[in-house]
Amino acid sequence: MKLQRQYPFAFVLGALVLYLVFFIIPGISGIAYAFTDWNSYHPEVNFVGLDNFKVIFSSGERYLNYISNTLIFVSVTIVLKTVFGLALALLLNDAVKRLSHVYRMMIYLPVVLPMLAVALVFRSILNPATGLLNVLLRGVGLDFLAMKWLVDPKIALFSVIGVDTWKGVGYIMVILLAGLQTIPKEYYEAAAVDGAGALAKFRHITWPLLTPALIVVTVLNVLYGLRVFDIVYVLTNGGPGYATEVVFTAIFKAFSQGRYGLGTAISSLLFVVMSAVGYFVIRLMERESASE
Amino acid sequence: MRAKKLGQIGAHAIAIFASLIMVVPVYLIVVNAFKTRPQASSMGLEFPAGFQLVNNFPTVIEKGKLVASFTNSMIYACGSTILGTLFAAMAAFVLSRRRTRLNRFLYFFIIMGIALPMNYFTLTKVMQFTHLINTQVGMIILYAASQIPFGVFLIYGFVGTIPRELDEAAIIDGCRPVQLFVRVILPLLTPVLVTTGLLNFLGSWNEFLLPLYYLNNSAYWPMTLSVYNFFGQYQQSWNLVSADILLTILPVIVLYLAGQRFILSGLTSGAIKG
Repeated sequence: MKLQRQYPFAFVLGALVLYLVFFIIPGISGIAYAFTDWNSYHPEVNFVGLDNFKVIFSSGERYLNYISNTLIFVSVTIVLKTVFGLALALLLNDAVKRLSHVYRMMIYLPVVLPMLAVALVFRSILNPATGLLNVLLRGVGLDFLAMKWLVDPKIALFSVIGVDTWKGVGYIMVILLAGLQTIPKEYYEAAAVDGAGALAKFRHITWPLLTPALIVVTVLNVLYGLRVFDIVYVLTNGGPGYATEVVFTAIFKAFSQGRYGLGTAISSLLFVVMSAVGYFVIRLMERESASE
Repeated sequence: MRAKKLGQIGAHAIAIFASLIMVVPVYLIVVNAFKTRPQASSMGLEFPAGFQLVNNFPTVIEKGKLVASFTNSMIYACGSTILGTLFAAMAAFVLSRRRTRLNRFLYFFIIMGIALPMNYFTLTKVMQFTHLINTQVGMIILYAASQIPFGVFLIYGFVGTIPRELDEAAIIDGCRPVQLFVRVILPLLTPVLVTTGLLNFLGSWNEFLLPLYYLNNSAYWPMTLSVYNFFGQYQQSWNLVSADILLTILPVIVLYLAGQRFILSGLTSGAIKG
């Protein structure tokens, strides 16, 4: 039977063309433009060699700061979301016997909300004088903890990280919860017969069997964190000063200032890094699907 | 026995506490949307005083030009969801059924897009070249393109669970490719199409960055951009800002409550198969 005629390649074209035109062509041609002085002031585009990369990797323009802010954002959100997400997943999977789906629904709610709405509300909640957080902290006598969350350059980045953790922890929890549910109950029963305590069960059963889910969660967090934009843009717009500037807000500023060559250089760096991450993940998936 | 009961109470207490923390901001938006400006100045927890609900919505809808923005958001979200989900389903179907070397490569090549960042600079050139910049059609197509990689990923996995014998039976009955896809495959894909569609719709509705780059004309702004702009003008009036935000998140919350099962299953089926 001529099955291939029943699965025409034309069906792939819609998706493939959109993907090529809006992802791949801009991505690849961007790498060429990264070596030019392309900008909004002059119509001609000249080859300038590595100049854009020199700007990025010298201390003159703080791009190294933005990169390090992004890396801090990525690593701290990974730790916080994974720790809280895992704690909540264990709580809903093991400790709570009833109503667990109701809790799950509420904890997941922030994930579906528009980041813009979340960030605007938190701008009021984190207001140093009148915001809900400080009002509550002062109300219970913890005045020393009532900080200038988004105003103090030393803690602003961590405030943004806190809000992002609040927004994203439900997502991580749901994935880990699904991971926990794939672990057969018999393992725990057998361990209990052998006299294993809760901690031993976690170390020798839960943790190793949850590793695939933890890898997924980490990859998702890295992909999200490297591209973080909305929350920073709306909460602080990179400020105070440059304290919370990350790569994607810096790219948007380069775009607004018409420094297209420079912006393309940063975008291309990210394109290459994330292609490598993507390739690594796909290799991992291929190996798993081969072993099925 | 008593220790177990105490443990249950403790676990519920923690779960309730965590749930409250997650819901409080939405609660703040709702109560403050019905206050006067001075009452809402600190975005407090208390109910609007004296059951005199203030109706801020007509003001917000008029001043924020929300009818236009709401319509725009609907057009972008619906249009891109239909286009993005359909294209992803067609591609996933063929890529999953005919596993040639080329098709396997194309599958991984497309889902690589989940990781790839867009280059907004050269994308501007593409948008100009295709005359899509600053147009509504352009936004629909751009959103749809950004949904393709994850959509293909989700649907591809599901196509694999549909027995090939169904295709063969349909072909013997004289089905042509389009008929096979529309009459046999699409109905069987319903669960994953609902999941993908919901996630795509929510993603498009919440999208902020792409219109920020590619829509200068405020007449084409979606809700997110118009709310952001409204906030810029009425920062001091948290009652109005809250009402504005409430109108933006209302469709999201309704969809979430109605389609929860599909949204959560999509996340986990994609992530945890191992």
